[in-house]
Amino acid sequence: MSDARPVVEIRGVTFGYPPAAEAQPVLEDVSLEIGPREFLGVIGPNGGGKTTLLKLMLGLLKPQRGTVTVFGRAPTEVRARIGYVPQHGRIDPAVPATVLDVVLTGRLSRSSWGSWYCRTHVEAARAALALTGMDHMASRTIGTLSGGQRQRVLIARALASDAQLLLLDEPTAGIDAHLEQGLTDLLHRLNQRLPIVIVSHDVSFVSTHLKRVACLNRRLTCHAASEVSWEVISHMYHEGVRAVRHRDECPLSDPGCHEGCVPDEPKEHAGR
Amino acid sequence: MTDSLPLAHFFHDMRDNPFLVTGLLAGLCASLACGVIGPYVVTRRIVFLSGAIAHMAVGGIGAALFARTMFPSACAGISPVHGALAAALCGAVLIGIVNQFVRERMDTLIGALWAMGMALGILLIKFTPGYHAELMSYLFGNIVYVAWSDVWRMLALDVVILGAVVVFHKRLLAICLDEEQAELQGINVLATNIVLLCLVALTVICLTQVVGLILVIALLSLPAATAAHHVTRMGPLLLVSTVLCAFLTTVPRIAVYGTQIGPESAIVLAAGGVYLLSVAVRRTIS
Repeated sequence: MSDARPVVEIRGVTFGYPPAAEAQPVLEDVSLEIGPREFLGVIGPNGGGKTTLLKLMLGLLKPQRGTVTVFGRAPTEVRARIGYVPQHGRIDPAVPATVLDVVLTGRLSRSSWGSWYCRTHVEAARAALALTGMDHMASRTIGTLSGGQRQRVLIARALASDAQLLLLDEPTAGIDAHLEQGLTDLLHRLNQRLPIVIVSHDVSFVSTHLKRVACLNRRLTCHAASEVSWEVISHMYHEGVRAVRHRDECPLSDPGCHEGCVPDEPKEHAGR
Repeated sequence: MTDSLPLAHFFHDMRDNPFLVTGLLAGLCASLACGVIGPYVVTRRIVFLSGAIAHMAVGGIGAALFARTMFPSACAGISPVHGALAAALCGAVLIGIVNQFVRERMDTLIGALWAMGMALGILLIKFTPGYHAELMSYLFGNIVYVAWSDVWRMLALDVVILGAVVVFHKRLLAICLDEEQAELQGINVLATNIVLLCLVALTVICLTQVVGLILVIALLSLPAATAAHHVTRMGPLLLVSTVLCAFLTTVPRIAVYGTQIGPESAIVLAAGGVYLLSVAVRRTIS
C-alpha cells in the first residue's frame, strides 16, 4: 500500500528569487506528484525554472507559497535519501582526487570526521561504481575523465549514498550522442529500483525510456510520453522515438519558447 | 673560508652560531605548516583570500605595538606576534563570512579588507612612539635571528594544524570537490570554510618568521602548486608539498650563506623558479 504513495509531492508552489520574488516568480502555482517507479523528464527553455524546481525538491530553496514534501517529509530532513546528480561541469577537474575519492563523498553524511573512510564505505562506493560501469576506473584522476565518464561518476556518487530518489540536472550537457545512449540505458536500468527525475533543455534526451514528461516554463504541465509510429522519424533516428503531445494549455506551446518544443514537430507530421 | 663551498661553511659555523640551528628548524616547522595547508589553498583557489589574511595581520602587529607602547603596564606581555595571530584569525572568520554571503563584487570587497588591514597597521605604528625594528622582521621575515621560543611556538602551531587536518580532511576535500554536494550531505559549508581559513591564518603566522608577511603567499601557494603538477591525490600531495617546502626553506638559505643575498628573498625566488620550471617541464611533456 505504501508503494502507491508518491515519493515527491509538490503542491501549488510559487517561487521567485529576491528582489523580484513577488513581481517575477520563476515558478508559479506548480503542482507535481512523482510516484515510486517514475521516470520523469522535466524539459523547458533556459530560465524556465527547471533547476529551481530541483533545488526546491532538495530543500536548498524554500518556496514562497505552497509545499514540497519528499518521502512525506520536509526535503531538508530526508536529504540523505535523495541522490542529486549535478551537471558534470560542477566538478573542478584540477582537484587532486581519484574517481573513488569523489564517489566516497556520497558517504559523507555517514562518515564526515577524520581522514579515512572505513571499509564498509569503500565497499559501498565500489558497488556504486560497479552499477554505473565505472569500477575499472576507480583509481583514475577525476580530471582525466571525459564528460560522459564524469557524469557516470556523479551518478555513482549519488547511488553511493543509498539514494531512494535520483535527481539529474542536465545529464547530457556536453556529452557525445553515442555516449548519451549508454547513459539513457544506465538510467533505465536504475529506474527498475528507484524513481528518477531528469531535468534537461536538451529535448533529444527525452526521446527514449521516459515514462512521463513535464514541460516547465514558469508553469508546469505533464504529458504522457508516447510512441510515435512514424516510420520516417524512426528511420532517421535509427531507434525508437517518443514524442510529446503538447496540450493547448502547455506553456511551451506559447510562441517564443520553441526552444523547448521541438518534439512537437513529429507530432504534427504524425497527425497528418 | 670565503672560497669554500657555502654548505661546508654553513655547517662549520653552525657549531658556534646557535641561530643557524634555530633558523633551519624554523624553516622546517614552517614547511610542515605550509606543506600541509598549501595544497588546500591551491585546490580551493583561495590564494587571494590567504593574501588578504596575511595583510590583515599587519593591522594586528600595529595594534599590538601601539597598545604595548601606550599602555605599558596593562599590555606589557603583548608581543606583535600575538597581535598578528589575533588579527589573522579575526580576518579569517570575517573573510569566510564575506565569501559565503556576498556574491557580488566579492573580490573587490576582499581587496578592500586586504588594503585596510595593512593601512590600519601602518597608521597605528606611525602613532606609536619610537623606532620599531621588529616590524621589518615581520614584514620581510627574519630567518637569521630566530629564538628558541619562536621555534617552540611554531612547533605548537604545527601540532594544531596537523591535528585539525587529520580531523577535518574528509570535509575539506568535500568542499574542494563540490560545495553543494557537501551541503546536501549535511556538512556545514560555512563552518568548514572558516576552519580552513583559520588554518591558513595559523600557517601565515608560522611562515612570517621565515619569509615575512609580504612574501607568505609565495610559500603558501608555489610549492603546493608545483607538487600538484606531479601528484594526483590529496594525501600524497600533502607529503610531496611538505618535502618540497622543506627543501625550499633549507637549500637556498644555505646556498646564499655568507653572501649579500638575503635568505628570505632567496627562498621565495627559488620557490618561484622551481614552480616556473615545473610549468615548463609539464608543457614540454604534454
